[in-house]
Amino acid sequence: MDPVSILLGGFASGMVLFIVSVGLSVTMGLMGFVNLAHGGFAMLGGYVIVLAMKHWGLSFLPALALAFVAVALFSVVLERLLYARLYRAAELDQVLFTIGLVFVMTAAVTLGVGPETQVVQLPDWLRGQTDLGFIKYRTYSLALIVAGTALMIALWLGFESTRFGARIRAAVDNRRMAQSLGVDVGRLFAVTFAIGSGLAAVGGGLGAEILGLDPNYPLRYLVYFLIVVSVGGLGRVTGVFVAALLIGVLDFVLKIYFPKGGTVFIYVLALLLLLWRPHGLFGKRGS
Amino acid sequence: MTGAARQLAGRHHFRWWELLPWIAGIAVFFAFPNYLAFGTQVLITILFALSLDLVLGYAGIVTLGHAAFFGAGAYTVGMLAMHLGWNDPIFGLLAAALVAGAIGLASGLVLLRTHGLALLMLTLCTMALLEQAANMGAAWTGGFDGMPGLSFAKILGLFGFDALYFRSQYLYALVVLFLCFVIVRTLVYSSFGQSLTGIRENLLRMHAVGAPVRARQVLVYSISAALAGVAGALFTQANGYANLAVLGLERSAGVMIVLILGGYGRLYGAFVGAITYMLIEDVLAKAYPTAWQLGLGLTLVAVALFARNGVIGIVDSLRRRFTESVR
Repeated sequence: MDPVSILLGGFASGMVLFIVSVGLSVTMGLMGFVNLAHGGFAMLGGYVIVLAMKHWGLSFLPALALAFVAVALFSVVLERLLYARLYRAAELDQVLFTIGLVFVMTAAVTLGVGPETQVVQLPDWLRGQTDLGFIKYRTYSLALIVAGTALMIALWLGFESTRFGARIRAAVDNRRMAQSLGVDVGRLFAVTFAIGSGLAAVGGGLGAEILGLDPNYPLRYLVYFLIVVSVGGLGRVTGVFVAALLIGVLDFVLKIYFPKGGTVFIYVLALLLLLWRPHGLFGKRGS
Repeated sequence: MTGAARQLAGRHHFRWWELLPWIAGIAVFFAFPNYLAFGTQVLITILFALSLDLVLGYAGIVTLGHAAFFGAGAYTVGMLAMHLGWNDPIFGLLAAALVAGAIGLASGLVLLRTHGLALLMLTLCTMALLEQAANMGAAWTGGFDGMPGLSFAKILGLFGFDALYFRSQYLYALVVLFLCFVIVRTLVYSSFGQSLTGIRENLLRMHAVGAPVRARQVLVYSISAALAGVAGALFTQANGYANLAVLGLERSAGVMIVLILGGYGRLYGAFVGAITYMLIEDVLAKAYPTAWQLGLGLTLVAVALFARNGVIGIVDSLRRRFTESVR
């Protein structure tokens, strides 16, 4: 394969990783909450999309929007009822709680929909190839890259130049100081949690083409999402973006050249990076 | 001495009820000869959970990669038997403890410099790395299929492994568990164990009083790794095979669940947890795997939210309530 196609393919899967993981990075950065169930929201989003398209005849984009809203609402209910009780709890309790939640989600989906892999039907305008002038490439991958980049820019602008974004940045850097200055971190967290889970839902649907979609999704990709977040740094949108692209490209290349056990390199890379900088490539020391 | 001081000074003394688990263990051998294969798996899980209790319960190191050491032990024994024909069980246990302990020491020296999410991820990555290595090194490890059909020499040249009835396996595992338990119990009540609890409860203060925090963490991590390696070795020897399932996230999460259900940081939590978990699993998981997963998930959520000290914790608080109402 030529380098441009490899780069494009890697970017496309990197974008999926970014869309799913970015919410996790922000919520973990805000509350220091170890949320292993984040991938579960991505899976639920994928299932909402599949079911809405199959049974209600929704087309692709409205189904995506529905998944965002439905999963965001569901997650905020969970957050207020359950997560909020464990903010001050030990890390171990958070790990247990969220692993339990993953099991519940997986079992619920298996019982409700079935254990088989689901396929997200793409609309016609996203199928086939697009001629970029210098190369012909899969339209869907290109669309993913455009959508991911647009999202990244939107989030970055939201972070850097809105009052809401400033509050999040303040709370990530120093939660207690932000609280003393009158930032309602609890509410801030609920809102970002909802948005983050909603984005994960969209990512789950968009990425079904690449990552697949079945009840074991949350556990299978847990390590990937966590690597992206911990390498990118907690609460760093740009960091997560770079980390996601890096891992996306790396994974894509390794799957082509070392189809057997190429993931070893990703684990080694993550190990070395985390040893070198425990707070991630772009994370800040302290707190 | 006041009552409290006497209680504190004598808390490492053996109490009569501490004999009960071992009496029960021997009783099971005679009472349920058809369930010894299952019993052996329970004993192995107890040992594995006990090793995790040292790091997680006593030293407060949250790890998601403890199966790395279980797997290291299991594969060590398997590879020695398959490639070198060294299939003496006792020698296998020692070799497994040595290899797993060495991996624990090496990774502990590097990993324990971090904490929180980074530590969680690093333990997870270490395990995933070993899993991939076992998957890739097919010439040595059997790759995806693992190493089926291993056979081992007689224990001490006297008792052969019995693939059908697990009679020697059961007693062998019981004896090994007892010896390891004595080690863990001695460690926990030693001054070393006390300083581990100190590190768990207040890291800053332990640094302030000049305790060698890092060295103790690394040491307990290696000891725990060696014990987990022994558990893995028992697994391979008793079942006669080793495959990738000994190294996965499921096994790591599983043993953590066992320990938490029983109650961590309390020695007997591993026993209660392993027996409860595996009995329920044995009944439910085969018949209704999805319902089992759902129930397990709900239990975990409930435990994290309401019952942080597991089954023993619930019993403890009930007993406290009872004694208070009697007074």
